[in-house]
Amino acid sequence: MSGGNVKGANAKAQKGMGWQGTVLRVDLTRGEVHKDPLNMEWANDYLGERGLATKYLYEMMDPKADAMSPENVLIFATGPLSGTMSSTSGRYAVVTKGPLTDAIACSNSGGKFGAFLKFAGYDMLIVEGRSEKPVYLNIADDTVEILSADDLWGKTVWETEEWIKTTHQNPQMKVASIGVAGETGNRYACVVNDLHRAAGRSGVGAVMGSKNLKAVAAWGTKGVAVDDPVTFMKAVSETHTALHESSGRKGLTKYGTHAMLDAMQKFGGLPTRNFEDVQFEGAKKIGSRAVREPNENGHVNLLTNKACFGCTIACGRIAHIDEKHFSIVNRPKYRHASGGLEYETAYAFGPLCGVDDVDALTFAGYMTNEHGYDPISFGGTLAAAMELYEMGVLTKEHTDGIELKFGSAEALVVMSEKTGKGEGFGKELALGSKRLCEKYGHPEVAMVVKGQEFAGYDSRALQGMGLGYATSNRGACHLKHDVFEPDMEDQTGKGKAEPCKTSQDQIAMIDSTGLCLFTAGDFGTEGYRKQVDAACPGDWSTERMLEIGERVWNLERMFNLEAGLTKADDTLPKRLLEIPAPSGTAKGKVAELDIMLPEYYELRGWGDDGVPTKDTLDRLGLAAR
Amino acid sequence: MQKALLIDPEKCTSCLQCELACSFEQEGVFNPAKSRIKVFEFEHGLKAIPYTCTQCSEAWCLHACPVEAITINEATGAKEVNPNTCVGCKVCTIACPFGTINYNADSGKVIKCDLCSGDPACAKACPTDAITYVDANWTGYDRMQEMALVGHGRPAKGAAQ
Repeated sequence: MSGGNVKGANAKAQKGMGWQGTVLRVDLTRGEVHKDPLNMEWANDYLGERGLATKYLYEMMDPKADAMSPENVLIFATGPLSGTMSSTSGRYAVVTKGPLTDAIACSNSGGKFGAFLKFAGYDMLIVEGRSEKPVYLNIADDTVEILSADDLWGKTVWETEEWIKTTHQNPQMKVASIGVAGETGNRYACVVNDLHRAAGRSGVGAVMGSKNLKAVAAWGTKGVAVDDPVTFMKAVSETHTALHESSGRKGLTKYGTHAMLDAMQKFGGLPTRNFEDVQFEGAKKIGSRAVREPNENGHVNLLTNKACFGCTIACGRIAHIDEKHFSIVNRPKYRHASGGLEYETAYAFGPLCGVDDVDALTFAGYMTNEHGYDPISFGGTLAAAMELYEMGVLTKEHTDGIELKFGSAEALVVMSEKTGKGEGFGKELALGSKRLCEKYGHPEVAMVVKGQEFAGYDSRALQGMGLGYATSNRGACHLKHDVFEPDMEDQTGKGKAEPCKTSQDQIAMIDSTGLCLFTAGDFGTEGYRKQVDAACPGDWSTERMLEIGERVWNLERMFNLEAGLTKADDTLPKRLLEIPAPSGTAKGKVAELDIMLPEYYELRGWGDDGVPTKDTLDRLGLAAR
Repeated sequence: MQKALLIDPEKCTSCLQCELACSFEQEGVFNPAKSRIKVFEFEHGLKAIPYTCTQCSEAWCLHACPVEAITINEATGAKEVNPNTCVGCKVCTIACPFGTINYNADSGKVIKCDLCSGDPACAKACPTDAITYVDANWTGYDRMQEMALVGHGRPAKGAAQ
């Protein structure tokens, strides 16, 4: 076993700076393409990907602009480590104002598209305005074309990828596109790339659709070079080895994120039937072992694992649905392998909707990839609709005759397809929980923060997670903080503000390098620092790296405050604050946000009103405007 | 001992570390488009197959070259392109039945795998041992061993449990 011991630098190694130094700016209103030099001052202060895109977004648009208007700006951003041999160098971020949250959206995706956008010579693609007619972008090194998407509009993500590769006679090109969900303004539509990787959250795909931009195709033959190749390859070798030897990494390779379902079930943090419970009686039937064992027909759901670009973890799942399963029994079209269940899809389609049918969950996953919408928000919205149905607020007349009860695999299968295609009750589900529940007079049923649905961790069992949800700049999200260890050790709100704040800053930094968050435990801040320090010119200290993370967090906050969000948006639904967890290790507990939030504001250097103080802004080199 | 690249697609995760390593070793930058080894994906991402030159003993490319730019490295057995001699005529790319020698428009020469002078960067970078560098006489050893077990009643890898 090679063990990650990669070869070092050689005499041929060329010197570069990590970044490509060029930003591609496309104005769809005017039909113009501009290649701007990368603002190096900003790059030095915000690094890349999430951070740098946030800076560009903040400078380029009025945060008050409607997310679906031409004034919104849509940025596809890579980082200085993207496309290098650093493990997990395939990430890119889509940064824009989100139509689900009316806050800043930062959705991160893997696959191979991001790396190839960079290989074409660009650190970022910035899309402005709105095209009159549907278009797609063809980016092939210096060639950048805005082409008619008349023949593509209405096609699925999967059809779009194939059409573009065939039309351009380049099977190697990478495609990021939207499905009908994005075209029709589904509030949680994704941008999907490489068939089953997605910038999934907050409706970034709906923004793309609002611009009449169907797809971006990227192919590049320009390499990425680093500042100090010898030191860089040493840092790469060390970080590869750390990942290779890590037990956490081995678990991810073998079970993917799916193993978290078994852990949360045991702990009692698994949101079930729209947060009625925190444990699900059917968890075993949809857990990480269930997908590996033959069902009654001898069918095994999980086929193999696959990696994103440059990734030596390979947590991605490839699965297939039992041909005899009701979802595809008469639909041979879906008898192929594709992206399989990961924790969040399994949780959102499974426990949250009370469904314990692995193949139904997998089918819904196919739908979200094929039509391009966020499985977490869809599961959350469907669960809310199921609750409304059981309350008698919704009836079969609303739901196209489908009995929308918790536990119904049929409802999941039918509604996942209707939502993808924007048909019937699927159009209502495309509103997201908040808008749907408000429409039917029961806003309390919507389990959201800032309009975005929760990931699969209950805030009553995981207190720090709750604080992270409440303060995340893109609404409820599990990926912008990491308080797992303190949360598992102690189930009170005490001492959670500090690890929440610290990890938010660290993750904002990681997200700005171009690498994947799943390396965090094995790389540590030093792992990123030494790779960035070798890749980019200049000195990159630990302090500088973490300050970048804090700067990014605060700039996102400023965007939101200017967009009109306030302290009142840093909260959790009453169900989590007032109704105790009914079972599990946190039985009897509620989310202790009242303890955590004031402490958090203080640690952040924000006033009681949740606004960064002048001292804080000055310290981070930010200025209120 | 002469060694050869052994590729086991069953183990490939399609991470492209091999392409990154190859391009860095050969071109000095991270650039999969200039890699001598390519990973091809099939069936909605289910299968990923790395593919590169297998260093034929009677190499079509070598015999086709009109200027004798392709020579055998006696130590490794690799068929190497001498860029100073190559005229970029591409006849070798027509002769090669496998498509593993290709024209590089940037340099005006052809490029192919040269086994990195006996220390292939792709094999070193592969995180799953889908690409290994083994005794050329025994590239089938592992499969042979596995099938030997099958012959004695054990189910083959991948057979229904």
